[in-house]
Amino acid sequence: MAIKRVGILGAGKVGIVLAGLALKAGYEVRISGSGDVKKIALTIKTLVPGAIAAENQDVVANSDIVILAIPLSRYKNINPDLLKGKLVIDAMNYWWETDGIREEVLDPNTTSSEQVQAYFKDATIVKAFNHMGYHNLQEEARPAGDPKRKALFVTGDDKAAVDTVAHFVDTMGFDQVVHDNIADGIMTEPGSPLFGASLSLKDLTRIIDHFDQTEFGQEVMAAKRK
Amino acid sequence: MVDVNKLEFGIETFGDIVANEDGSLQSAAQSIRQIVHEGEIADQYGLSVIGVGEHHRPDYSVSSPETVLGAIASVTKNIKLATAVTVLSSDNPVRVYERFATLDALSNGRAQVMLGRGSFTESFPLFGYDLTDYDDLFNEKLAMYDQLRNEKPVTFSGNFVQELKNQEVYPKTEHGKLETYIGIGGSPESIIRAARFGYKVIIAIIGGQADRFKPYVDLYHAAAKELKMPEYPVAVHSHGFIADNKDEAMEVAFKNIKANFDRIGLTRGWAPMSREQFEGETQVGSFYVGDPEFVAQRIARTIKLLDLGRFDLVYGAGNQTAAQRERMIELYATKVVPRVKEILSEKVAAN
Repeated sequence: MAIKRVGILGAGKVGIVLAGLALKAGYEVRISGSGDVKKIALTIKTLVPGAIAAENQDVVANSDIVILAIPLSRYKNINPDLLKGKLVIDAMNYWWETDGIREEVLDPNTTSSEQVQAYFKDATIVKAFNHMGYHNLQEEARPAGDPKRKALFVTGDDKAAVDTVAHFVDTMGFDQVVHDNIADGIMTEPGSPLFGASLSLKDLTRIIDHFDQTEFGQEVMAAKRK
Repeated sequence: MVDVNKLEFGIETFGDIVANEDGSLQSAAQSIRQIVHEGEIADQYGLSVIGVGEHHRPDYSVSSPETVLGAIASVTKNIKLATAVTVLSSDNPVRVYERFATLDALSNGRAQVMLGRGSFTESFPLFGYDLTDYDDLFNEKLAMYDQLRNEKPVTFSGNFVQELKNQEVYPKTEHGKLETYIGIGGSPESIIRAARFGYKVIIAIIGGQADRFKPYVDLYHAAAKELKMPEYPVAVHSHGFIADNKDEAMEVAFKNIKANFDRIGLTRGWAPMSREQFEGETQVGSFYVGDPEFVAQRIARTIKLLDLGRFDLVYGAGNQTAAQRERMIELYATKVVPRVKEILSEKVAAN
Protein backbone atom coordinates (compact mmCIF):
# COMPACT_ATOMS: atom_id res chain seq x y z
CA MET A 1 0.00 0.00 0.00
CA ALA A 2 1.32 3.42 -0.91
CA ILE A 3 1.22 5.77 2.02
CA LYS A 4 0.50 9.38 1.22
CA ARG A 5 -1.49 10.60 4.20
CA VAL A 6 -0.31 10.24 7.80
CA GLY A 7 -2.65 10.62 10.76
CA ILE A 8 -1.35 11.25 14.26
CA LEU A 9 -3.46 10.83 17.38
CA GLY A 10 -1.80 12.92 20.07
CA ALA A 11 -0.45 16.47 19.80
CA GLY A 12 2.06 16.26 22.64
CA LYS A 13 5.84 16.12 22.41
CA VAL A 14 6.09 12.90 20.40
CA GLY A 15 3.10 13.63 18.17
CA ILE A 16 4.45 17.03 17.23
CA VAL A 17 7.93 15.68 16.45
CA LEU A 18 6.52 12.88 14.25
CA ALA A 19 4.23 15.37 12.48
CA GLY A 20 7.28 17.51 11.69
CA LEU A 21 9.25 14.54 10.32
CA ALA A 22 6.28 13.37 8.24
CA LEU A 23 5.81 16.82 6.71
CA LYS A 24 9.49 16.95 5.87
CA ALA A 25 9.19 13.56 4.21
CA GLY A 26 6.43 14.95 2.00
CA TYR A 27 3.35 13.35 3.55
CA GLU A 28 -0.01 14.99 4.06
CA VAL A 29 -0.34 15.15 7.85
CA ARG A 30 -3.38 15.32 10.10
CA ILE A 31 -3.06 15.51 13.87
CA SER A 32 -5.50 15.53 16.78
CA GLY A 33 -5.30 16.32 20.47
CA SER A 34 -7.76 15.30 23.15
CA GLY A 35 -11.01 17.03 22.26
CA ASP A 36 -11.68 20.23 20.40
CA VAL A 37 -9.57 21.21 17.39
CA LYS A 38 -9.46 24.79 18.65
CA LYS A 39 -7.35 23.66 21.60
CA ILE A 40 -4.46 22.63 19.35
CA ALA A 41 -4.97 24.90 16.33
CA LEU A 42 -2.44 27.54 17.39
CA THR A 43 0.08 24.89 18.49
CA ILE A 44 -0.08 23.10 15.16
CA LYS A 45 0.01 26.30 13.12
CA THR A 46 3.12 27.48 15.00
CA LEU A 47 5.06 24.28 15.66
CA VAL A 48 4.29 22.23 12.56
CA PRO A 49 2.93 24.61 9.92
CA GLY A 50 1.41 22.61 7.10
CA ALA A 51 -0.05 19.87 9.28
CA ILE A 52 -3.83 19.86 9.53
CA ALA A 53 -5.31 20.05 13.04
CA ALA A 54 -8.39 17.83 13.15
CA GLU A 55 -10.46 15.64 15.44
CA ASN A 56 -9.76 11.93 15.88
CA GLN A 57 -12.46 10.77 13.47
CA ASP A 58 -11.27 13.07 10.68
CA VAL A 59 -7.64 12.12 11.27
CA VAL A 60 -8.36 8.41 11.02
CA ALA A 61 -10.79 8.64 8.08
CA ASN A 62 -8.33 10.63 5.97
CA SER A 63 -5.12 8.74 6.64
CA ASP A 64 -3.38 5.73 5.10
CA ILE A 65 -1.51 5.10 8.31
CA VAL A 66 -2.32 6.17 11.87
CA ILE A 67 0.21 6.78 14.65
CA LEU A 68 -0.83 6.44 18.29
CA ALA A 69 1.18 9.06 20.19
CA ILE A 70 -0.89 9.50 23.34
CA PRO A 71 -0.04 8.52 26.92
CA LEU A 72 -0.35 4.75 27.26
CA SER A 73 -2.80 5.19 30.12
CA ARG A 74 -5.27 6.87 27.75
CA TYR A 75 -5.49 4.62 24.70
CA LYS A 76 -8.71 3.13 26.02
CA ASN A 77 -10.31 6.57 25.69
CA ILE A 78 -10.34 5.84 21.95
CA ASN A 79 -13.20 3.72 20.71
CA PRO A 80 -11.63 0.55 19.24
CA ASP A 81 -14.04 0.68 16.28
CA LEU A 82 -12.50 3.97 15.20
CA LEU A 83 -9.34 2.17 14.07
CA LYS A 84 -11.10 -0.79 12.47
CA GLY A 85 -9.25 -1.99 9.38
CA LYS A 86 -6.45 0.55 9.83
CA LEU A 87 -2.70 0.16 9.78
CA VAL A 88 -1.63 1.64 13.12
CA ILE A 89 1.82 2.46 14.53
CA ASP A 90 2.00 2.16 18.30
CA ALA A 91 4.57 4.75 19.42
CA MET A 92 3.54 4.43 23.07
CA ASN A 93 5.27 3.09 26.17
CA TYR A 94 4.49 3.00 29.81
CA TRP A 95 5.98 6.25 31.09
CA TRP A 96 6.13 6.99 34.82
CA GLU A 97 5.67 10.70 34.36
CA THR A 98 2.25 10.62 32.78
CA ASP A 99 0.86 7.16 33.36
CA GLY A 100 0.91 6.76 37.12
CA ILE A 101 1.33 3.36 38.70
CA ARG A 102 2.50 0.78 36.20
CA GLU A 103 0.37 -2.10 37.43
CA GLU A 104 -2.76 0.00 37.00
CA VAL A 105 -1.95 0.73 33.37
CA LEU A 106 -0.37 -2.50 32.19
CA ASP A 107 -1.07 -6.14 32.74
CA PRO A 108 2.35 -7.39 33.92
CA ASN A 109 1.86 -10.73 32.16
CA THR A 110 2.03 -9.34 28.65
CA THR A 111 3.74 -6.51 26.75
CA SER A 112 2.22 -3.10 26.18
CA SER A 113 1.80 -3.45 22.42
CA GLU A 114 0.14 -6.85 22.79
CA GLN A 115 -2.41 -5.14 25.02
CA VAL A 116 -2.87 -2.34 22.51
CA GLN A 117 -3.35 -4.90 19.70
CA ALA A 118 -5.85 -6.86 21.79
CA TYR A 119 -7.84 -3.69 22.47
CA PHE A 120 -7.83 -2.48 18.85
CA LYS A 121 -8.54 -6.00 17.66
CA ASP A 122 -9.67 -5.02 14.15
CA ALA A 123 -6.65 -2.84 13.48
CA THR A 124 -3.14 -3.99 12.52
CA ILE A 125 -0.68 -2.74 15.11
CA VAL A 126 3.04 -2.28 14.48
CA LYS A 127 5.29 -0.95 17.20
CA ALA A 128 7.79 1.74 16.17
CA PHE A 129 9.13 5.19 17.15
CA ASN A 130 8.83 4.27 20.83
CA HIS A 131 12.37 3.74 22.07
CA MET A 132 14.30 6.82 20.94
CA GLY A 133 13.82 10.07 22.89
CA TYR A 134 11.57 12.52 21.09
CA HIS A 135 14.28 15.13 20.77
CA ASN A 136 16.67 12.59 19.31
CA LEU A 137 13.97 11.63 16.81
CA GLN A 138 13.72 15.27 15.85
CA GLU A 139 17.44 15.97 15.67
CA GLU A 140 18.74 12.69 14.27
CA ALA A 141 16.52 11.97 11.28
CA ARG A 142 18.86 11.61 8.32
CA PRO A 143 18.63 10.50 4.68
CA ALA A 144 19.37 6.88 3.75
CA GLY A 145 23.07 6.19 3.39
CA ASP A 146 24.17 8.98 5.77
CA PRO A 147 26.97 7.46 7.88
CA LYS A 148 25.49 9.00 11.05
CA ARG A 149 22.01 7.64 10.44
CA LYS A 150 20.28 6.03 13.44
CA ALA A 151 17.99 3.00 13.48
CA LEU A 152 14.60 2.17 14.94
CA PHE A 153 13.10 -1.17 15.92
CA VAL A 154 9.93 -2.10 14.04
CA THR A 155 7.84 -5.09 15.06
CA GLY A 156 4.35 -6.53 14.63
CA ASP A 157 2.59 -9.81 13.94
CA ASP A 158 1.53 -8.98 10.38
CA LYS A 159 4.57 -9.32 8.14
CA ALA A 160 3.19 -7.19 5.27
CA ALA A 161 2.20 -4.43 7.69
CA VAL A 162 5.61 -4.52 9.32
CA ASP A 163 7.28 -4.14 5.92
CA THR A 164 5.05 -1.19 5.07
CA VAL A 165 5.90 0.49 8.37
CA ALA A 166 9.61 -0.28 7.91
CA HIS A 167 9.51 1.53 4.57
CA PHE A 168 7.65 4.40 6.22
CA VAL A 169 10.32 4.59 8.96
CA ASP A 170 12.94 4.76 6.21
CA THR A 171 11.20 7.74 4.60
CA MET A 172 11.02 9.43 8.02
CA GLY A 173 14.82 9.33 8.28
CA PHE A 174 15.82 6.13 10.09
CA ASP A 175 17.23 2.68 9.35
CA GLN A 176 15.22 -0.23 10.67
CA VAL A 177 15.65 -3.48 12.54
CA VAL A 178 12.57 -5.54 11.74
CA HIS A 179 10.88 -8.37 13.63
CA ASP A 180 7.52 -9.98 12.98
CA ASN A 181 6.42 -10.64 16.53
CA ILE A 182 4.63 -7.88 18.39
CA ALA A 183 5.65 -9.34 21.76
CA ASP A 184 9.26 -8.48 20.85
CA GLY A 185 8.27 -4.89 21.53
CA ILE A 186 9.35 -5.61 25.10
CA MET A 187 12.94 -5.33 23.87
CA THR A 188 12.50 -1.57 23.55
CA GLU A 189 10.33 -0.80 26.56
CA PRO A 190 11.52 1.20 29.60
CA GLY A 191 14.22 -0.79 31.43
CA SER A 192 15.72 -2.06 28.18
CA PRO A 193 19.21 -0.86 27.19
CA LEU A 194 17.51 0.36 24.00
CA PHE A 195 15.06 2.65 25.75
CA GLY A 196 16.18 6.25 25.46
CA ALA A 197 19.27 5.30 23.46
CA SER A 198 19.90 6.35 19.87
CA LEU A 199 21.97 3.80 18.03
CA SER A 200 23.25 3.02 14.56
CA LEU A 201 21.82 0.09 12.61
CA LYS A 202 24.87 -1.98 13.52
CA ASP A 203 24.59 -1.30 17.27
CA LEU A 204 20.82 -1.71 17.38
CA THR A 205 21.06 -5.01 15.48
CA ARG A 206 23.77 -6.28 17.80
CA ILE A 207 21.75 -5.57 20.95
CA ILE A 208 18.50 -6.95 19.51
CA ASP A 209 20.26 -10.12 18.29
CA HIS A 210 21.84 -10.69 21.68
CA PHE A 211 18.93 -9.38 23.71
CA ASP A 212 18.84 -12.47 25.94
CA GLN A 213 22.36 -11.61 27.10
CA THR A 214 21.40 -8.17 28.40
CA GLU A 215 20.46 -7.77 32.03
CA PHE A 216 17.00 -6.63 31.03
CA GLY A 217 16.64 -9.55 28.60
CA GLN A 218 17.42 -11.96 31.44
CA GLU A 219 14.83 -10.32 33.66
CA VAL A 220 12.25 -10.65 30.90
CA MET A 221 13.12 -14.35 30.38
CA ALA A 222 12.96 -14.99 34.12
CA ALA A 223 9.54 -13.32 34.32
CA LYS A 224 8.29 -15.50 31.46
CA ARG A 225 9.37 -18.70 33.19
CA LYS A 226 7.38 -17.86 36.33
CA MET B 1 16.14 41.66 19.82
CA VAL B 2 18.02 40.90 23.03
CA ASP B 3 18.47 43.93 25.27
CA VAL B 4 21.85 43.24 26.88
CA ASN B 5 21.31 45.71 29.71
CA LYS B 6 18.08 44.06 30.80
CA LEU B 7 19.35 40.48 30.61
CA GLU B 8 19.09 38.51 33.85
CA PHE B 9 21.46 35.73 34.86
CA GLY B 10 20.58 33.30 37.60
CA ILE B 11 21.72 30.11 39.22
CA GLU B 12 19.53 27.29 40.39
CA THR B 13 20.16 24.29 42.54
CA PHE B 14 18.03 21.23 43.03
CA GLY B 15 19.60 20.74 46.45
CA ASP B 16 21.95 17.90 45.52
CA ILE B 17 23.93 16.49 48.43
CA VAL B 18 27.36 18.11 48.70
CA ALA B 19 30.50 15.94 48.79
CA ASN B 20 33.49 16.36 51.09
CA GLU B 21 36.98 16.54 49.59
CA ASP B 22 37.57 12.88 50.51
CA GLY B 23 34.51 11.83 48.50
CA SER B 24 32.26 11.14 51.47
CA LEU B 25 28.89 12.84 51.48
CA GLN B 26 27.73 15.66 53.70
CA SER B 27 24.46 15.39 55.56
CA ALA B 28 21.33 16.96 54.11
CA ALA B 29 21.48 19.56 56.87
CA GLN B 30 25.05 20.54 55.93
CA SER B 31 24.07 20.65 52.27
CA ILE B 32 21.19 23.02 53.08
CA ARG B 33 23.52 25.36 54.96
CA GLN B 34 25.92 25.26 52.01
CA ILE B 35 23.12 26.51 49.72
CA VAL B 36 22.48 29.46 52.03
CA HIS B 37 26.17 30.30 51.82
CA GLU B 38 26.08 30.01 48.03
CA GLY B 39 23.10 32.37 47.90
CA GLU B 40 25.19 34.87 49.82
CA ILE B 41 28.11 34.49 47.39
CA ALA B 42 25.82 34.79 44.36
CA ASP B 43 24.40 38.04 45.75
CA GLN B 44 27.87 39.45 46.39
CA TYR B 45 28.84 38.72 42.78
CA GLY B 46 25.72 40.47 41.54
CA LEU B 47 23.79 37.56 40.03
CA SER B 48 20.09 38.32 39.45
CA VAL B 49 18.38 35.23 40.84
CA ILE B 50 18.95 32.11 42.89
CA GLY B 51 16.41 29.33 42.45
CA VAL B 52 16.06 26.38 44.82
CA GLY B 53 14.19 23.21 43.84
CA GLU B 54 11.69 21.14 45.81
CA HIS B 55 12.32 17.41 46.07
CA HIS B 56 11.22 14.68 48.41
CA ARG B 57 14.01 12.16 47.92
CA PRO B 58 17.17 11.00 49.69
CA ASP B 59 19.47 12.36 46.99
CA TYR B 60 18.29 15.96 47.40
CA SER B 61 18.39 18.01 50.57
CA VAL B 62 15.63 20.56 50.04
CA SER B 63 11.95 19.71 50.38
CA SER B 64 10.93 23.12 51.69
CA PRO B 65 12.63 25.67 49.42
CA GLU B 66 10.93 28.80 50.77
CA THR B 67 12.48 28.12 54.18
CA VAL B 68 15.95 27.95 52.63
CA LEU B 69 15.19 31.08 50.61
CA GLY B 70 14.08 32.81 53.81
CA ALA B 71 17.51 32.15 55.29
CA ILE B 72 19.18 33.40 52.09
CA ALA B 73 16.98 36.51 52.29
CA SER B 74 18.46 37.40 55.65
CA VAL B 75 22.06 37.40 54.36
CA THR B 76 21.53 39.02 50.94
CA LYS B 77 20.47 42.41 49.56
CA ASN B 78 19.59 42.33 45.87
CA ILE B 79 19.32 38.80 44.53
CA LYS B 80 15.83 37.53 43.71
CA LEU B 81 14.72 34.40 45.52
CA ALA B 82 12.93 31.80 43.44
CA THR B 83 11.77 28.23 43.72
CA ALA B 84 12.80 25.90 40.92
CA VAL B 85 10.06 24.82 40.96
CA THR B 86 7.14 24.77 43.38
CA VAL B 87 5.17 21.63 42.59
CA LEU B 88 1.77 23.33 42.57
CA SER B 89 -0.25 20.22 41.72
CA SER B 90 0.59 18.57 45.04
CA ASP B 91 0.58 21.80 47.05
CA ASN B 92 -2.17 24.01 48.41
CA PRO B 93 -2.49 27.35 46.61
CA VAL B 94 -3.37 29.25 49.80
CA ARG B 95 -0.24 27.89 51.48
CA VAL B 96 1.83 28.70 48.40
CA TYR B 97 0.60 32.28 48.52
CA GLU B 98 1.23 32.55 52.27
CA ARG B 99 4.74 31.17 52.10
CA PHE B 100 5.80 33.40 49.23
CA ALA B 101 4.14 36.51 50.68
CA THR B 102 6.12 35.84 53.86
CA LEU B 103 9.34 35.34 51.89
CA ASP B 104 8.56 38.57 50.04
CA ALA B 105 8.29 40.38 53.37
CA LEU B 106 11.55 38.90 54.69
CA SER B 107 13.40 39.84 51.51
CA ASN B 108 11.97 43.29 50.84
CA GLY B 109 10.08 42.20 47.75
CA ARG B 110 12.54 39.73 46.24
CA ALA B 111 10.36 36.60 46.24
CA GLN B 112 9.71 34.95 42.92
CA VAL B 113 7.26 32.11 42.45
CA MET B 114 8.00 29.44 39.87
CA LEU B 115 5.15 27.02 39.44
CA GLY B 116 5.53 23.77 37.62
CA ARG B 117 5.74 20.08 37.70
CA GLY B 118 9.41 19.57 38.33
CA SER B 119 10.90 16.38 37.01
CA PHE B 120 9.92 14.10 39.88
CA THR B 121 6.65 12.69 41.05
CA GLU B 122 7.29 11.69 44.68
CA SER B 123 5.23 14.60 46.01
CA PHE B 124 1.98 13.15 44.64
CA PRO B 125 1.62 10.10 46.88
CA LEU B 126 3.33 12.00 49.72
CA PHE B 127 0.56 14.57 49.84
CA GLY B 128 -2.22 12.23 48.84
CA TYR B 129 -2.68 13.05 45.17
CA ASP B 130 -3.08 10.82 42.15
CA LEU B 131 -0.40 11.40 39.53
CA THR B 132 -2.83 10.74 36.70
CA ASP B 133 -4.84 13.81 37.82
CA TYR B 134 -1.73 15.88 37.22
CA ASP B 135 -3.16 18.17 34.54
CA ASP B 136 -6.52 18.74 36.21
CA LEU B 137 -4.79 19.43 39.52
CA PHE B 138 -2.45 21.93 37.94
CA ASN B 139 -5.20 23.73 36.01
CA GLU B 140 -7.47 24.05 39.00
CA LYS B 141 -4.78 25.09 41.46
CA LEU B 142 -3.31 27.58 39.01
CA ALA B 143 -6.74 29.18 38.61
CA MET B 144 -7.05 29.42 42.39
CA TYR B 145 -3.51 30.75 42.85
CA ASP B 146 -4.16 33.31 40.13
CA GLN B 147 -7.04 34.75 42.13
CA LEU B 148 -5.11 34.66 45.42
CA ARG B 149 -2.32 36.54 43.72
CA ASN B 150 -4.61 39.56 43.27
CA GLU B 151 -4.56 39.89 47.09
CA LYS B 152 -8.29 40.61 47.17
CA PRO B 153 -11.10 38.53 48.72
CA VAL B 154 -11.36 35.22 46.85
CA THR B 155 -14.38 33.07 46.09
CA PHE B 156 -13.39 29.76 44.54
CA SER B 157 -14.59 26.20 44.28
CA GLY B 158 -13.15 23.21 42.47
CA ASN B 159 -12.85 19.43 42.53
CA PHE B 160 -9.58 19.17 44.45
CA VAL B 161 -9.24 22.29 46.60
CA GLN B 162 -11.06 23.70 49.59
CA GLU B 163 -13.93 26.05 48.83
CA LEU B 164 -13.30 29.73 49.52
CA LYS B 165 -16.08 32.26 49.99
CA ASN B 166 -15.04 35.87 49.91
CA GLN B 167 -11.90 34.87 51.78
CA GLU B 168 -8.94 37.15 52.46
CA VAL B 169 -5.41 35.72 52.65
CA TYR B 170 -2.47 37.19 54.53
CA PRO B 171 0.05 38.73 54.66
CA LYS B 172 -0.52 41.19 51.85
CA THR B 173 2.69 42.04 49.99
CA GLU B 174 4.12 45.54 49.79
CA HIS B 175 4.35 45.57 46.01
CA GLY B 176 0.93 44.32 44.96
CA LYS B 177 1.56 41.07 43.14
CA LEU B 178 4.02 38.23 43.57
CA GLU B 179 6.21 37.87 40.49
CA THR B 180 5.26 34.52 39.03
CA TYR B 181 6.80 32.27 36.39
CA ILE B 182 5.51 29.01 35.04
CA GLY B 183 8.16 26.35 34.49
CA ILE B 184 7.70 24.54 31.19
CA GLY B 185 9.17 21.24 30.10
CA GLY B 186 8.17 21.44 26.46
CA SER B 187 4.53 20.51 26.25
CA PRO B 188 2.75 22.94 23.93
CA GLU B 189 -0.34 22.91 26.12
CA SER B 190 1.56 24.22 29.12
CA ILE B 191 3.08 27.08 27.09
CA ILE B 192 -0.36 28.22 25.98
CA ARG B 193 -1.64 27.90 29.54
CA ALA B 194 1.13 30.19 30.82
CA ALA B 195 0.26 32.75 28.14
CA ARG B 196 -3.42 32.50 28.99
CA PHE B 197 -2.72 33.36 32.64
CA GLY B 198 -0.35 36.15 31.62
CA TYR B 199 2.61 34.65 33.49
CA LYS B 200 6.26 34.70 32.60
CA VAL B 201 7.70 31.50 31.18
CA ILE B 202 10.87 29.63 32.06
CA ILE B 203 11.69 26.65 29.86
CA ALA B 204 13.71 23.75 31.23
CA ILE B 205 16.04 22.66 28.44
CA ILE B 206 17.68 19.61 29.94
CA GLY B 207 18.58 17.61 26.86
CA GLY B 208 19.19 18.13 23.17
CA GLN B 209 19.78 21.28 21.18
CA ALA B 210 18.29 24.56 22.31
CA ASP B 211 17.37 25.15 18.66
CA ARG B 212 14.41 22.83 18.86
CA PHE B 213 12.77 25.17 21.38
CA LYS B 214 12.66 28.10 18.94
CA PRO B 215 9.17 27.13 17.75
CA TYR B 216 8.04 26.86 21.39
CA VAL B 217 9.23 30.40 22.12
CA ASP B 218 7.34 31.52 19.00
CA LEU B 219 4.31 29.64 20.28
CA TYR B 220 4.40 31.50 23.60
CA HIS B 221 4.55 34.88 21.85
CA ALA B 222 1.86 33.91 19.32
CA ALA B 223 -0.42 32.67 22.10
CA ALA B 224 0.07 35.82 24.19
CA LYS B 225 -0.79 37.96 21.17
CA GLU B 226 -3.83 35.92 20.24
CA LEU B 227 -5.11 35.91 23.83
CA LYS B 228 -4.26 39.60 24.21
CA MET B 229 -2.13 38.91 27.28
CA PRO B 230 1.16 40.56 28.25
CA GLU B 231 4.28 39.20 26.56
CA TYR B 232 7.54 38.84 28.45
CA PRO B 233 10.97 37.76 27.28
CA VAL B 234 11.30 34.01 27.82
CA ALA B 235 13.72 32.53 30.37
CA VAL B 236 15.62 29.24 30.05
CA HIS B 237 17.29 26.99 32.57
CA SER B 238 19.88 24.35 31.73
CA HIS B 239 22.51 22.31 33.53
CA GLY B 240 26.15 23.26 33.54
CA PHE B 241 29.54 23.19 35.16
CA ILE B 242 32.36 25.68 34.80
CA ALA B 243 35.99 25.27 35.87
CA ASP B 244 39.16 27.21 35.07
CA ASN B 245 40.28 24.50 32.72
CA LYS B 246 38.11 22.79 30.15
CA ASP B 247 39.33 19.23 30.74
CA GLU B 248 38.74 19.52 34.46
CA ALA B 249 35.24 20.86 33.81
CA MET B 250 34.46 17.97 31.47
CA GLU B 251 35.68 15.32 33.90
CA VAL B 252 33.86 16.71 36.94
CA ALA B 253 30.67 17.26 34.96
CA PHE B 254 30.74 13.86 33.26
CA LYS B 255 31.20 12.05 36.55
CA ASN B 256 28.51 14.00 38.37
CA ILE B 257 25.91 14.65 35.71
CA LYS B 258 26.18 11.05 34.51
CA ALA B 259 25.80 9.71 38.03
CA ASN B 260 22.77 11.90 38.54
CA PHE B 261 21.20 11.03 35.19
CA ASP B 262 21.89 7.30 35.49
CA ARG B 263 20.53 7.08 39.02
CA ILE B 264 17.26 8.63 37.90
CA GLY B 265 17.25 6.50 34.75
CA LEU B 266 17.48 3.39 36.87
CA THR B 267 13.99 3.98 38.27
CA ARG B 268 12.52 5.28 35.02
CA GLY B 269 13.96 2.76 32.64
CA TRP B 270 16.24 4.77 30.42
CA ALA B 271 19.68 3.63 29.34
CA PRO B 272 22.84 4.98 31.08
CA MET B 273 24.42 8.09 29.59
CA SER B 274 27.27 7.31 27.21
CA ARG B 275 30.36 9.48 26.88
CA GLU B 276 29.30 10.20 23.28
CA GLN B 277 25.91 11.41 24.46
CA PHE B 278 27.51 13.56 27.16
CA GLU B 279 29.96 15.12 24.71
CA GLY B 280 27.16 15.82 22.26
CA GLU B 281 25.26 17.61 25.01
CA THR B 282 28.29 19.72 25.94
CA GLN B 283 29.21 20.61 22.33
CA VAL B 284 25.81 21.43 20.85
CA GLY B 285 23.26 20.29 23.42
CA SER B 286 21.98 21.59 26.71
CA PHE B 287 24.87 20.98 29.12
CA TYR B 288 26.88 24.19 29.47
CA VAL B 289 30.21 22.69 30.48
CA GLY B 290 33.74 23.97 30.04
CA ASP B 291 36.03 26.89 30.73
CA PRO B 292 34.44 30.36 31.02
CA GLU B 293 35.04 31.33 27.38
CA PHE B 294 33.49 28.16 25.95
CA VAL B 295 30.47 28.33 28.24
CA ALA B 296 30.01 32.05 27.53
CA GLN B 297 30.01 31.44 23.77
CA ARG B 298 27.40 28.74 24.10
CA ILE B 299 25.14 30.69 26.47
CA ALA B 300 25.36 33.76 24.22
CA ARG B 301 24.33 31.65 21.25
CA THR B 302 21.30 30.25 23.09
CA ILE B 303 20.21 33.69 24.34
CA LYS B 304 20.42 35.16 20.86
CA LEU B 305 18.81 32.17 19.16
CA LEU B 306 15.79 32.08 21.46
CA ASP B 307 15.69 35.83 22.13
CA LEU B 308 15.80 35.28 25.88
CA GLY B 309 15.46 37.73 28.74
CA ARG B 310 17.00 35.45 31.31
CA PHE B 311 19.32 32.46 31.54
CA ASP B 312 19.63 30.32 34.66
CA LEU B 313 22.43 27.81 35.03
CA VAL B 314 21.60 24.79 37.14
CA TYR B 315 24.62 24.03 39.30
CA GLY B 316 25.77 21.36 41.70
CA ALA B 317 24.30 18.29 39.94
CA GLY B 318 25.47 15.00 41.41
CA ASN B 319 27.79 15.19 44.39
CA GLN B 320 30.20 18.07 43.91
CA THR B 321 32.41 19.53 46.60
CA ALA B 322 31.69 22.92 48.14
CA ALA B 323 34.87 24.24 46.51
CA GLN B 324 33.75 23.09 43.04
CA ARG B 325 30.29 24.59 43.52
CA GLU B 326 31.56 27.90 44.84
CA ARG B 327 34.27 28.26 42.20
CA MET B 328 31.67 27.61 39.52
CA ILE B 329 29.41 30.34 40.86
CA GLU B 330 32.35 32.73 40.98
CA LEU B 331 33.44 31.94 37.39
CA TYR B 332 29.88 32.19 36.12
CA ALA B 333 29.29 35.58 37.74
CA THR B 334 32.70 37.18 37.19
CA LYS B 335 33.81 35.71 33.86
CA VAL B 336 30.93 34.10 31.98
CA VAL B 337 28.17 36.66 32.51
CA PRO B 338 30.27 39.72 31.52
CA ARG B 339 31.64 37.81 28.53
CA VAL B 340 28.13 36.79 27.38
CA LYS B 341 27.06 40.43 27.53
CA GLU B 342 30.16 41.42 25.59
CA ILE B 343 29.56 38.82 22.87
CA LEU B 344 25.93 39.85 22.53
CA SER B 345 26.85 43.54 22.39
CA GLU B 346 29.38 42.84 19.63
CA LYS B 347 26.71 41.00 17.71
CA VAL B 348 24.29 43.89 18.13
CA ALA B 349 26.95 46.33 16.94
CA ALA B 350 27.82 44.09 13.99
CA ASN B 351 24.18 44.05 12.95
